[in-house]
Amino acid sequence: MKRVSGLLLATCLAFSGPVFAADVSGKASAAGEQSIAADAAPAGEAPAAGGEESTLQAGASESAAEGDVPAAVESPAASHEAGGHVPAMKWSFDGPFGTYDRASLQRGFQVYTQVCSACHSMNRLSYRNLTALGYSEAEVKAIAASHNVQDGPNDEGEMFDRPGLPSDHFVSPFPNVKAAAAANNGAAPPDLSLMAKARHGGASYIYGILTGYAEPPAGQTLLPGQHWNAVMPGNVIAMPQPIQDGQVAYEDGSPQTVDQYAKDVAAFLTWAAEPHMEDRKRTGLKALIFLLVFSGIMYGVKKKIWRDIHH
Amino acid sequence: MASGPRAEFSNPVVNWIDERLPVFTLVKREYGVFPTPKNFNYFWNFGAIAMVMLVTMILTGIFLAMNYAPNATLAFGSVEHIMRDVNWGWMIRYLHMNGASFFFLAVYIHIFRGMYYGSYKKPRELLWILGVLIYLLMMATAFMGYTLPWSQMGGWAATVITNLFSAIPLVGNALVSLLWGGFSVDNPTLNRFFALHYLLPFVIFGVVFVHVWALHVSGSNNPLGIDVKGPQDTVPFHPYYTMKDTFGLCVFLMVYVAVSFFAPNMLAHPDHFVEFDPMKTPPHIVPEWYFLPFYAILRSITFGVNAYVGAGLAVLAAAMIPLYCRKLDLDAWLGRMIGIAAAGGAIFMLGYLSQYEKSSGGHMLSLPLAEIVAVNAKFGGVLAMFGAVAILFVLPWLDTHPVRSARFRPAFRAALLLLVVDFFVLGYLGAQVPTNMLTIIGQLCTAYYFGFFLVILPFLSRKEVALPLPASINDAVMQQNVRGA
Amino acid sequence: MSADTIHPEPGETRRDFLYLTAAAMGVVGTGVTLWPFIDSMNPAADTLALSTVEVDLAPVEVGQAITVTWRGKPVFIRHRTAEEIDAADKVEVAALRDPETDAMRVKKAEWLVMIGICTHLGCVPLGQKKGENKGEFGGWFCPCHGSQYDTSGRIRKGPAPKNLEVPKYEFLSDTHIRIG
Repeated sequence: MKRVSGLLLATCLAFSGPVFAADVSGKASAAGEQSIAADAAPAGEAPAAGGEESTLQAGASESAAEGDVPAAVESPAASHEAGGHVPAMKWSFDGPFGTYDRASLQRGFQVYTQVCSACHSMNRLSYRNLTALGYSEAEVKAIAASHNVQDGPNDEGEMFDRPGLPSDHFVSPFPNVKAAAAANNGAAPPDLSLMAKARHGGASYIYGILTGYAEPPAGQTLLPGQHWNAVMPGNVIAMPQPIQDGQVAYEDGSPQTVDQYAKDVAAFLTWAAEPHMEDRKRTGLKALIFLLVFSGIMYGVKKKIWRDIHH
Repeated sequence: MASGPRAEFSNPVVNWIDERLPVFTLVKREYGVFPTPKNFNYFWNFGAIAMVMLVTMILTGIFLAMNYAPNATLAFGSVEHIMRDVNWGWMIRYLHMNGASFFFLAVYIHIFRGMYYGSYKKPRELLWILGVLIYLLMMATAFMGYTLPWSQMGGWAATVITNLFSAIPLVGNALVSLLWGGFSVDNPTLNRFFALHYLLPFVIFGVVFVHVWALHVSGSNNPLGIDVKGPQDTVPFHPYYTMKDTFGLCVFLMVYVAVSFFAPNMLAHPDHFVEFDPMKTPPHIVPEWYFLPFYAILRSITFGVNAYVGAGLAVLAAAMIPLYCRKLDLDAWLGRMIGIAAAGGAIFMLGYLSQYEKSSGGHMLSLPLAEIVAVNAKFGGVLAMFGAVAILFVLPWLDTHPVRSARFRPAFRAALLLLVVDFFVLGYLGAQVPTNMLTIIGQLCTAYYFGFFLVILPFLSRKEVALPLPASINDAVMQQNVRGA
Repeated sequence: MSADTIHPEPGETRRDFLYLTAAAMGVVGTGVTLWPFIDSMNPAADTLALSTVEVDLAPVEVGQAITVTWRGKPVFIRHRTAEEIDAADKVEVAALRDPETDAMRVKKAEWLVMIGICTHLGCVPLGQKKGENKGEFGGWFCPCHGSQYDTSGRIRKGPAPKNLEVPKYEFLSDTHIRIG
């Protein structure tokens, strides 16, 4: 058997070895060029750089439609890991015993309301969910009522606006996705309800994006509507830096810096994506402890039952 | 299931029912006194664990279905409704999502046990085949279930996998349109996937019933792979294995609970939390981990069957004839087999290189008529992928060595453990972006995968000299001369 | 059980205790696990959020009635006139099929709040809008089988067994009620 496999392997290598070696080393530099080219037009939040990106996407979706399994050349996958570096952050909700810091969540909600909600919807959340942040029923009612919600049709058959109720979902800044895109250079600001789960790095990624704006490195030019961001995969993002120092007035004396705003928003968005996280960890701990004890007992039972059997 | 003599029960109600429908006698016979080899190790726990996971999936699935809306505009929102508003919805969803992974984990370990200890050999061939059928049904169920949240990952996975069927010549496109119920993955597809996803677990349940029935006809295998010689080799299933299995189940559940409650999204891709957009392909379409090795095999077929590849494969197949034809003396033919195989391999390599695209463009080797391809790479990939699963069905006829357990077959053990490593490597590759080097490694791994089943197993069946077997299970246990796997 | 395990020994009580504990834990564990599944069938948070509805009564003039939806059901709110209140008080309660005084059915005499579902077989009675048949007693008339309710919503004639149900509600202010 060894002879067969050895000979087969030898034959194949003899034919292809030197050829591959030459080709692979040549490919290394080509692959490098490829990923940089892909970086410039990632299938992410960058706006259409002319028609280039839409063509790239159309190419990718077309090939997928034809059933070709995505290969390195066709998809902008090379840019997926390149360019973005998520900062290592510690969060109060990390780990099996982590919990949310409600003060931070409230501040984050405040930043969302005053800054982000101008462009970003959070339509999976309802105002009544905010009681989890520590607001009272009356405060939640007031928050809801401060927004206008479209309702109807009334008895005349017309749609009308009314103040929000706690049972209403968060009001979106735009009536639909296309309106959002039209108002934002062709790139619709994504809904933020699940953003902390929809990106690698979660809260740390969000923090990194908000604090990662900088001038592009020498030699890289940006088209109008593009901005350079250290954390964004591909380094190019359509959203301009959304927040500046001192932009939101915190009432609890927390620092009014971009760094703090970013931390609070990241925490708030994590809660928004996973409102039941604390329940989950608590229940998990109870289940685990129960199973631990039960396993111990079952081990004892097993040992007792098997004691007299030679096995 | 011949009904033997009925057992007597002290409880009059139980007795009354049993007289009319001997379910209690059945349970007592098959799960109570059933003689089971007494030398099981914990690998034997995983069949029961898999059964528990099936029930868990059905239970969580039914309660999810009470709140899920199988409609393209409503599906994603209904899953979020479950996560946010339904009492304990987040728990039921996470248990279902991670339950699938743990179901497959249990089944993979269960399959490994079967392969290592020769549980697929006579008289358990049908038991094995039923098991592979269960595995196939699980894969179909899991694939459809993954698309139900109508996320970017789910919708695009459905697009890519259903598109594979367009590779089939002549009927491919019509078949895909039939699967889709339209011209792309859309609402009709989602609706039927939900209907079938709800149905298949019950089909699995039925096949599991037959699988356990078949097991009870032959009785269980054991780590030594030798037949039970008498009652000194066995213990009744209850309480010995009911209690041992419960213990093992608890340990397994601890891991399942730890993941479901503390790292529920560990195995999920972020694109699973973005709504499906048919206009925008995510950069990285990755199937769930349990499909990755087969996905890698699919992607490793980057060449079609042209004249050279075809001829090479034919010659390689011819070289293997003495392996399969018992009338021929293998020793006498070995030299010629190696020579023919080498020639076949060389011709195959010509065909492979004539289709290998260089980074600078063009093919590695220019050969006449190399462009004419009978089976294109796409279809070849589909055949290889389904073939990799289908080959499991015929395992009992590929490995016909009289000794069952790998404990006594060192060459088989080495080859099998290498297959496990191979499977892991393929799994890793399935998740990567395929560069040229990774594709070549994948191709070598695919070659070993098929080589293991088609070449190594038949060869070892004829040539491997096994270690001496103990006289009986009881003897072996008494002598304690069997150490390690 | 095999012969190996059946021999009595001093440790048996301890062994039995172990088995008992194991069985008990198994049962409890299963029960505790099953409860969340049953509970998931209870109304979800968004359904509960709609379990109360607040109504502004200011726009409802005397003699006018509005219908609001609460928990999927119609709720009749009538701003009663003095005559209607008077007529309701004058009725002999003992002779009613479902004896209730008017005072038992209202919190403020001029506001009558009731679930607008006939207690016979569930139709929605007429009488909310101007020009609709209010029946002989000036209240509501159910067209399905002819039940007639008075100005306090009590059944006076026809097959319905009970008065129109008064839901739980409270006045948040003089002109604001919360139903449910």
